[in-house]
Amino acid sequence: MKMPVNVSQTDFIAALDSFALIVGKEWVFTKDEDLFPYRDAYSPLRATFEDRSPSAAVAPASVDEVQSIVRVANKYEIPLYTISTGKNLGYGGAAPNQSGSVVLDLKRMNKIIEVNESNAYAIVEPGVSYFDLYNYIQERGLKLWLDVADPGWGSVMGNALDHGVGHTASRFRNHFDSHCGLEVVLPNGEAVRTGMGAMPGSKTWAQFKMGMGPVLDGIFSQSNFGVVTKMGIWLMPQPEAFMQGVVTAPLYDDLHEIVELLKYAENSGLAPGAPELGSPLLGISNYVKHLVDAFYEGPPQLRKEHVDLIAKASVGYSADLQRYGLNNKIPYWNLHLKFYGPKKVIQAQWEAIQDLALNKIKGVGFKSGPIQTDPKKAADEWTFYPQDAGVPNMDFFGMGTRAGGNPHPMRGHMWFSPVIPQSAEGILEANSVFEKAHRNMSALQDIPIWNLRPFALPAPFFERTFLFILGFPITDDVAMNKASIKAYRTLLDIAAEHGWGEYRCHPEFQDQAVGLYSHNNNSLLRLSETIKDAVDPKGILSPGRYGIWPKHLRGDKK
Amino acid sequence: MSAVNSKSLLIFFLSTLVSFVSISANSSSEEQEGKKVFDKWCGICHGKRERMPGTASLAIKYDGNLPAALEERTDMSAEFIRYYVRNGVMIMPAFRATEISNAELDLLVDYLKAKK
Ligand SMILES: Cc1cc2nc3c(=O)[nH]c(=O)nc-3n(C[C@H](O)[C@H](O)[C@H](O)COP(=O)(O)OP(=O)(O)OC[C@H]3O[C@@H](n4cnc5c(N)ncnc54)[C@H](O)[C@@H]3O)c2cc1C
Repeated sequence: MKMPVNVSQTDFIAALDSFALIVGKEWVFTKDEDLFPYRDAYSPLRATFEDRSPSAAVAPASVDEVQSIVRVANKYEIPLYTISTGKNLGYGGAAPNQSGSVVLDLKRMNKIIEVNESNAYAIVEPGVSYFDLYNYIQERGLKLWLDVADPGWGSVMGNALDHGVGHTASRFRNHFDSHCGLEVVLPNGEAVRTGMGAMPGSKTWAQFKMGMGPVLDGIFSQSNFGVVTKMGIWLMPQPEAFMQGVVTAPLYDDLHEIVELLKYAENSGLAPGAPELGSPLLGISNYVKHLVDAFYEGPPQLRKEHVDLIAKASVGYSADLQRYGLNNKIPYWNLHLKFYGPKKVIQAQWEAIQDLALNKIKGVGFKSGPIQTDPKKAADEWTFYPQDAGVPNMDFFGMGTRAGGNPHPMRGHMWFSPVIPQSAEGILEANSVFEKAHRNMSALQDIPIWNLRPFALPAPFFERTFLFILGFPITDDVAMNKASIKAYRTLLDIAAEHGWGEYRCHPEFQDQAVGLYSHNNNSLLRLSETIKDAVDPKGILSPGRYGIWPKHLRGDKK
Repeated sequence: MSAVNSKSLLIFFLSTLVSFVSISANSSSEEQEGKKVFDKWCGICHGKRERMPGTASLAIKYDGNLPAALEERTDMSAEFIRYYVRNGVMIMPAFRATEISNAELDLLVDYLKAKK
C-alpha cells in the first residue's frame, strides 16, 4: 500500500474510512488500476521511481463534503492535492507535487451555478469544463462568448488557478484576471468567499472584484492555501462580427516597428485579439493553426536555396536571406491581428491599423480575412481558428500526435516559457542568449528543443509582455527525458540571469523556478511560507505546490 | 466534380445510409447513452473528421488495414477498450472514474462493440 509521507498506516486507514463515510466507498480510490490515471500522463519522469503518484484519491460532490474531507485530513495530517478536472498536461497532469498525497478530485462538482447574460458572467464549480460551459451557453442561445484554453476538456476554474490563458480578446485571455469572486475552503475546513461574496445578500459577487479590504484572491492561485469550490468568470458579450488581418513587413529591422504596432494595437484596444507573430522568410509562424498544420502536413515546403539561407542566418538574420526575401516577395515578418465588434467598427479599426503601419513601415503589406459573424460556422470551416472565436475543441492535440508531419510517437511535452520584455530588443536578446547557450553548453546539446531554431518568436497570450516559449517532447527514452530535465534546469538559470522568470511550469521545476524569484533573499517566497504556516500549520494542502512547502518539509525539498 | 470524387461520395452516402439503418434498427436507449459517452470523451479526438488528433494517429498506425475512426471498428474487444480508456496511450491521457465512471465505461464498451 502506497502511503502519504510521515503518516502511520493506522492513521491512513482511519482517514480513508472517514473519507468513505463522507463521499461513499465508490468515490475513494486506492487500487493501483484506479490510481494510474492520477499519474502525470506527460511526466518527464515517466517509467522511473521518481515519477509522482498519489496514495489514494477522494472525490467529493459538494462543498460540505470538501469541508468534511479537509477536517479529516487535518485530524490525521494527511496531505491532499486538489485538482478540478486534472488535465494539466505539460504542467503535472492530475499528479500531486508530493508523491503519496491523496488527490482531492473535484471533477464531480460540475454545476454551472449561474450564467448571467446581461451582466456577462458565469459562476461555476471546479469540474465544469470549457465544453460544458460552452454547451450550456449554446443550448440556451445566450449571446455570450467564453474564452477557452486549447484543451476544451480543461476546467474553467483549474486553468485560471494555474494562471492559464486563452485566445480571444485581451480582457478575457488571462483567465485568472478575468475571474471575479471565489469561494474557498481553508485548510481548517472553513469556507470563505472573496469580494462581494463576503457580503450576505449581495447580488454582485461575480461583478465587483474587490469588495472591501485586501484583495486576497491572488493567494489562492498557483499556491496551496485553500480549495476553491466556486468561481465567477467574466464572459464576453457576443460580438456582432470578427475578423483577422495580417500585416507584413519586408526587412529584418522592421521587427521593431512590427512589435511597436502590436503593442499599440493591443494596448489601445484597436485590435484586441491575441496578436501572433510569424516570419514567412524564416519559415516560422506562431499562428496556432499553423503550428498544428505542421504536425499534420510537415513543415512548410521551402526551396533548397531558401532552406540553406535560413540555416546560415544568425539570430534570424543574414543579408543574403533578406535579399532572397525581397527578390521573391517573401515578407520577413507578419503580424496576425484579430478584431471583435460591430462590422463598421472592425472596418474602421483595420483601416486605422493600416494607416499606422503605412506611416512606419516601408513596403508594408496587408491581407485581411472576411468579416464573419457565425463562430460555429467559422470554426467548422476553419475560416477562423475556433478558439479565437471562443469555440472549444481539441485541435491543438494535433501538435504532438502521430501524423503525417510527425510520424514518431511521443508521450507528451513540456514547455519552458519565461516572461520577456515586449519589445523587438527583448525578442532579439532572448534569441541571441539562448542560441549562444545552445551552441556552447553541453547540457543543451543533442536535446530536441522545439522552437529555438532557426529563430523563436514569442507567444502573445498575455498583455504587456511576451512569453518566450520553447518546448521539449516527452519520449519513451528515459535517458533522453532526464537530459531534457537537465536542459530545462539550465535554461531556467540562464533566463534568470537576464531577469526572465517562468509564468508557470511543471512541478519538477517549481522549486527552482520560484527560487529564482529571489529578490531580497527570497522575501516573496518567505512571505508565502509565512501565510502557509498561518493558514495551514499542519501543511495538509498540496505540499510543495509552486515551491511552497509546509514548515516540517522545508528542509527536505529538492 | 471528378468521377473519383462522385464515386467516393456515393459510397459515403451509401455507407451512412447503411449505418443509419443499422443504428435505428437496434437503437436502444443504452446505445444512445453509450454514444453520448463516446461523443463527450472520445469523439472530440477520435471523430470521423479532418484534423482529429486520435483519428489521424490511428490512420498512420493502421495504414488502411483497419479503419482510423473508432466508431467504424468492429475488432475491438471489451478489454481492449477498457485498457486504453484507463491507461491512455502516447499523448492520450488515462481517464479517471470521476470522468468516465465504470457504468459509463460499460455503456461505451457496449456501444463500440455493437458496431458490426
Ligand atoms: C495540447 C495542449 C494544449 C494546451 N493549451 C493550453 C492553452 O491554450 N492554455 C493553457 O492555459 N494551457 C494549455 N495547456 C495546458 C493544460 O492542459 C491546460 O491549462 C488545462 O486547462 C489545465 O488543466 P485543468 O484545466 O484540468 O486544471 P486542473 O488540472 O484541474 O488544475 C490545474 C492545477 O490548479 C490547481 N487547482 C485546480 N483546481 C483547484 C481548486 N479547486 N482549488 C485549488 N487549487 C486548484 C492544482 O494545483 C491543479 O493541479 C495545454 C496542454 C496541452 C496538452
